[in-house]
Amino acid sequence: MADSKRTSTRSNERLAGWLFIAPVVAVLGLFLVVPILMALWVSFTDWNGQGSPFQSGVPFAGLDNYTGLFAHDGLVRQNFMTSIRNNAYYVIVVVPLQTVLALGLALVVNNRMLKGKGFFRTAFYFPSVTSSVAISVVFLFMFANTGAINEILGFFGVSGPQWFADPRGVLHLALDAVGIVDVNAPPAALSGHGLLGLSWWDWTSGPSVAMCAIIALVVWTTSGTFMLMFLAALQNIPTQLDEAGLIDGATRWQRLRFVTLPQLRPTMFLVLTLGLIGTWQVFDQIYVMSKGNPAKTTLTPAYLSYSTAFRDFDYGSGAAISFVLFLIIVSLTLLQRRALRERP
Amino acid sequence: MRTLTARFAGYAILVFFSLVFLYPFVIQIATSFKTEADASANPLSPIPHPFTTDSMTRIFDGTDFPTWLGNSILVTVIVTAARVLFSAMAGYALSRLRFPGRRALFAAMIGLMAVPGVVLLIPKFLVLNQLGLYNSYAGLIVPILADAAGVFIMKQFFDSVPVSVEEAARIDGAGIFRTFWSVVLPTARPALITLTILSFQGSWNDFGHSLVAVQDPALFTLPRGLADLVSGSLGAGNQYPLKLGAALLATIPVAIIFMIFQRYFVRDANDGADKG
Repeated sequence: MADSKRTSTRSNERLAGWLFIAPVVAVLGLFLVVPILMALWVSFTDWNGQGSPFQSGVPFAGLDNYTGLFAHDGLVRQNFMTSIRNNAYYVIVVVPLQTVLALGLALVVNNRMLKGKGFFRTAFYFPSVTSSVAISVVFLFMFANTGAINEILGFFGVSGPQWFADPRGVLHLALDAVGIVDVNAPPAALSGHGLLGLSWWDWTSGPSVAMCAIIALVVWTTSGTFMLMFLAALQNIPTQLDEAGLIDGATRWQRLRFVTLPQLRPTMFLVLTLGLIGTWQVFDQIYVMSKGNPAKTTLTPAYLSYSTAFRDFDYGSGAAISFVLFLIIVSLTLLQRRALRERP
Repeated sequence: MRTLTARFAGYAILVFFSLVFLYPFVIQIATSFKTEADASANPLSPIPHPFTTDSMTRIFDGTDFPTWLGNSILVTVIVTAARVLFSAMAGYALSRLRFPGRRALFAAMIGLMAVPGVVLLIPKFLVLNQLGLYNSYAGLIVPILADAAGVFIMKQFFDSVPVSVEEAARIDGAGIFRTFWSVVLPTARPALITLTILSFQGSWNDFGHSLVAVQDPALFTLPRGLADLVSGSLGAGNQYPLKLGAALLATIPVAIIFMIFQRYFVRDANDGADKG
């Protein structure tokens, strides 16, 4: 009697388990797993958006959409490599900036002598929760030719650039300013030779002036989230550690360098990898603020894949770009998960 | 003396960065009530001169803003309710119920959490197009009714609370569904609130999905409509007061939720730090 009751509970549990999870499995299966498989198929075709990609007339392209991004000289590769360059410079600038800013703010907010922590924490974190589109609209206005940023620069006697119309790379501008190169007559050694469809001159541009405005926006919105992570970690460090350092006569800087920072290592790693993963996904801001302009200097792989598919109706190539981006991001994610598992 | 200097420097840094982080919102609010000439002549000024509600009037009379607002409310309410319920059910099943495939499903959830949203733009369009759901309310809503991260949060929550109460209820003869509804859910309140806020914020701010799910302006949500406004559907002039005003109105609901439920937002960011 007791046995049969237990068996029926078991089978009830089995059924209930599947019923409970069924809605999530159905939605995620149909709108996450199946679409990825469909897109994988489309990336091997030249489907133009007419009818179904599975009908017989759709030309099969094999690996052409992928080789076009890397191996064949042409506009497709040039655009793709430009987007990789832009996004790489974006990552190189955004990740260290947001990490340092987040850590710095967390250290100051965490200072025991200061009051009003709650307010400052809220103030720094608030931008992170707002809509990326809405906040992009605000920054578009602030970086307008007669906008707030240029007015502030004017206070210091600097005449600000026409941010979103300026494709010049800041590395080029810096080298030009110290007289190493002339932006208007790039050295032939760099402009005459190249790699993967871009000249060395193009590869070494640095982020464009327009991209810098987007970088400013993103650092501004994401620092607050990372500050909270650092803050949580700081609050978990036993105060005795710091006090021990104090008794030993360590200076403020020594305590930070040899006591606090080593304790923050896991959080530091998390913030850096989350930053790397997030920065390769920049899309909303590009869509609202620049659409890849000026002169393709704010084009990123995410935006390029969108515009290739939905503006040029080349869904195969667009999907191929998506999968390359997918690989980049997934490898960063795996790196992160592996390192987090190994941590003691 | 030294600590006094340090304290002063600390406050100076905090006040400076508070300005950096909050002043853009001050500019946004002020500009919404400026004339167009005033907005471009005094972009930094926090006081509109002259003060006008002209832009606000035009947002409601001259654009599709009311339609976008209605769509955003519809989508957000349905998506939030469904995500909270479905995530709680799935999280409970993964944490408490023994059924074949449980481990594999949980592993799959962890895997899906790593799929970045931006690479799903084309895939989502493909499936909506194939199913005939493109450009419909169903296409706008159904694909985002569940998310793996929500399931993960609920599973972690149920793992962290003792089973004793539910077991008592179950021994009393209540079925699994009744136990879940009247015993489990009420005790899961903190996690449910966190999830509600996350889902609200996520679906209210979502842009990518609406971009590939619909193209009819009558189906636009607020972020989609705003992006469309900026892309020049307004016609002549920059019309910054109108654009910033519309963006301001779109930000207010999340701002209010943030002020009320701040500690849940903070907790979420820290959970992120834990789960890695």
